[in-house]
Amino acid sequence: MNILVCICHVPDTTTKIKFNGTELDKNGVQFIIGPYDDYALARAVELKDASGGKLTVLNVGEADTEPTIRKALAIGADNAVRINAHPKDAYFVAEQIAAYAKDKNFDMILMGREASDYNGGQVHGMVAEMLDMPCVAPCMTLEVNGNVAKMGREIEGGKEYVECEMPFVAGCQEPIAEWKIPNMRGIMMARKKPLEVIEPTTESAPTEVVNYELPAERGNVKMIDADNLDELVRLLKEEAKVL
Amino acid sequence: MSVLVYIEADNNAVKKSSLEALTYAAKMSAGDVTALVTDKAEGLEDLGKYGVKTVLQVSDDKLSTRPVSAIASAIAAAAQKVGANAVVMSRSSTVDAAAPRVGVKLKATVASNVVALPQTDNGFVVRRGVYTGKAFADTKLEGEIKILTIAKNAIGVEETGSGAATVEAFSPEYGAKDFAVKVTDVKKQEGDILLPEADLVVSAGRGLKGPENWDMIENLAKTLGAATACSKPVSDMDWRPHHEHVGQTGIKVAPSLYIAVGISGAIQHLAGVNSSKTIVVINKDEEAPFFKSADYGVVGDAFDVVPKLQAALEKAGI
Ligand SMILES: Cc1cc2nc3c(=O)[nH]c(=O)nc-3n(C[C@H](O)[C@H](O)[C@H](O)COP(=O)(O)OP(=O)(O)OC[C@H]3O[C@@H](n4cnc5c(N)ncnc54)[C@H](O)[C@@H]3O)c2cc1C
Repeated sequence: MNILVCICHVPDTTTKIKFNGTELDKNGVQFIIGPYDDYALARAVELKDASGGKLTVLNVGEADTEPTIRKALAIGADNAVRINAHPKDAYFVAEQIAAYAKDKNFDMILMGREASDYNGGQVHGMVAEMLDMPCVAPCMTLEVNGNVAKMGREIEGGKEYVECEMPFVAGCQEPIAEWKIPNMRGIMMARKKPLEVIEPTTESAPTEVVNYELPAERGNVKMIDADNLDELVRLLKEEAKVL
Repeated sequence: MSVLVYIEADNNAVKKSSLEALTYAAKMSAGDVTALVTDKAEGLEDLGKYGVKTVLQVSDDKLSTRPVSAIASAIAAAAQKVGANAVVMSRSSTVDAAAPRVGVKLKATVASNVVALPQTDNGFVVRRGVYTGKAFADTKLEGEIKILTIAKNAIGVEETGSGAATVEAFSPEYGAKDFAVKVTDVKKQEGDILLPEADLVVSAGRGLKGPENWDMIENLAKTLGAATACSKPVSDMDWRPHHEHVGQTGIKVAPSLYIAVGISGAIQHLAGVNSSKTIVVINKDEEAPFFKSADYGVVGDAFDVVPKLQAALEKAGI
């Protein structure tokens, strides 16, 4: 099986977000593989371990993302590609991925359901449309049987089970696989694995962030005595007007 | 500006979230709104109340499971038919998956998770929720056609029009691979209030000790007409189904009222719930971080507080 996993490089989930104008303030921020991408990678490693093949990991990013890419290699990808560009927006990233993947005969292209920075959730669908492939997202289970992939997809209030032939694209989320933590051997091996750097096909992107803003802080919490819950009900009715 | 709105219906009724998309579209377009419906739905003429002039209705059993690619083709075809400058839809499992495909088909610019009306004095700028609710990004969109997916409960529903909409049959052409993904089974909880749609949510965490203690949470939810939700460890341990898990890696909710019982308020949990209008936290630990993000707090043991809250609600006739 020939699998491509696309990963993004995002602030750790515990990061308090701050900005310098229209740039994220990276001071003291730890970067990680996008949490949803990590699930996609973990499932790809399992599929490769079970039936052989090749697992390529791809990131659209500048040189500072290489430690994140090396981590994906340590978890089990065989080789890596970095498309040397600032990931300006979903369309830009999708275009880079599609241009790279179009003649590589991948059986599946996996990634997270969304990046935990922009939360766009668009890249998988765009890549699929650009390559005229089916796409399943958010994909919670993935089994392969011959040329057919069976997937479980989250829908409102439940789950939908689908199948399609390879090749396909999926935007993954838990519980598709358990996250894998790189071991010492994986980390040593990752240093020697190939990491190819290629240039983007274009520089243009259709969207641009012109301003960031943080949500208003919630006002001071009003504490209510556990023996006076009539008061809580009254406040919810009369003050918050939500009952 | 001509705006197309993709409408979803459940049990023959247009979803509230779709009415929000219509409200958004009516406000941004000053009156030129067409709706596209591919689900079975009754009373579509009534969408006139939300400013819709024409409803394009696709009646095709092949679309009953909302196959994403085919829905994307239908939306793109409808947008072309009406010469739409924008396509507006409320976020859902179908819309989230279809919007990027529509964007590529129409060579349009997509903005997802939009929380406010566009600013048009200097280009076309929409506010999106990013960093899992920890920030907003005002985003300028280039291009002739814009595709916007609207975050739930960000806009509200308002009747902006009058008169009846005209309902027209519409038969889009599909692409060769539009039905390549076959739905083999659907497992849905019937009857309950669906979490992503809910206006009130009662949520509980590891503080509840075990799945056998959820009766009181369900009773509270039933009294309020609320959906139930949970923290990640609770669904990881299979105390509750996965689709109830809210937060950064779960469902993001933005109800009018979110009641959190026995949940610590970790940053990843807050990320999925901090857009709620009012947050009530019940926790026995007065130092629990969730109190900092709450509007109302009660320090106490859930097993004592929840039944008392239930009684107080009943006493108030709720
Ligand atoms: C990458 C990543 C993503 C994550 N995504 C999510 C996510 O999407 N959603 C999510 O929820 N978590 C997520 N988490 C996990 C998150 O960090 C916390 O571990 C989790 O939210 C804790 O759940 P909890 O509050 O139910 O449990 P705990 O942290 O164990 O807290 C239980 C709380 O219950 C209180 N309590 C105990 N007994 C009682 C009682 N009898 N009455 C009242 N209160 C009581 C305690 O004081 C405590 O505050 C994520 C973590 C990571 C690393």
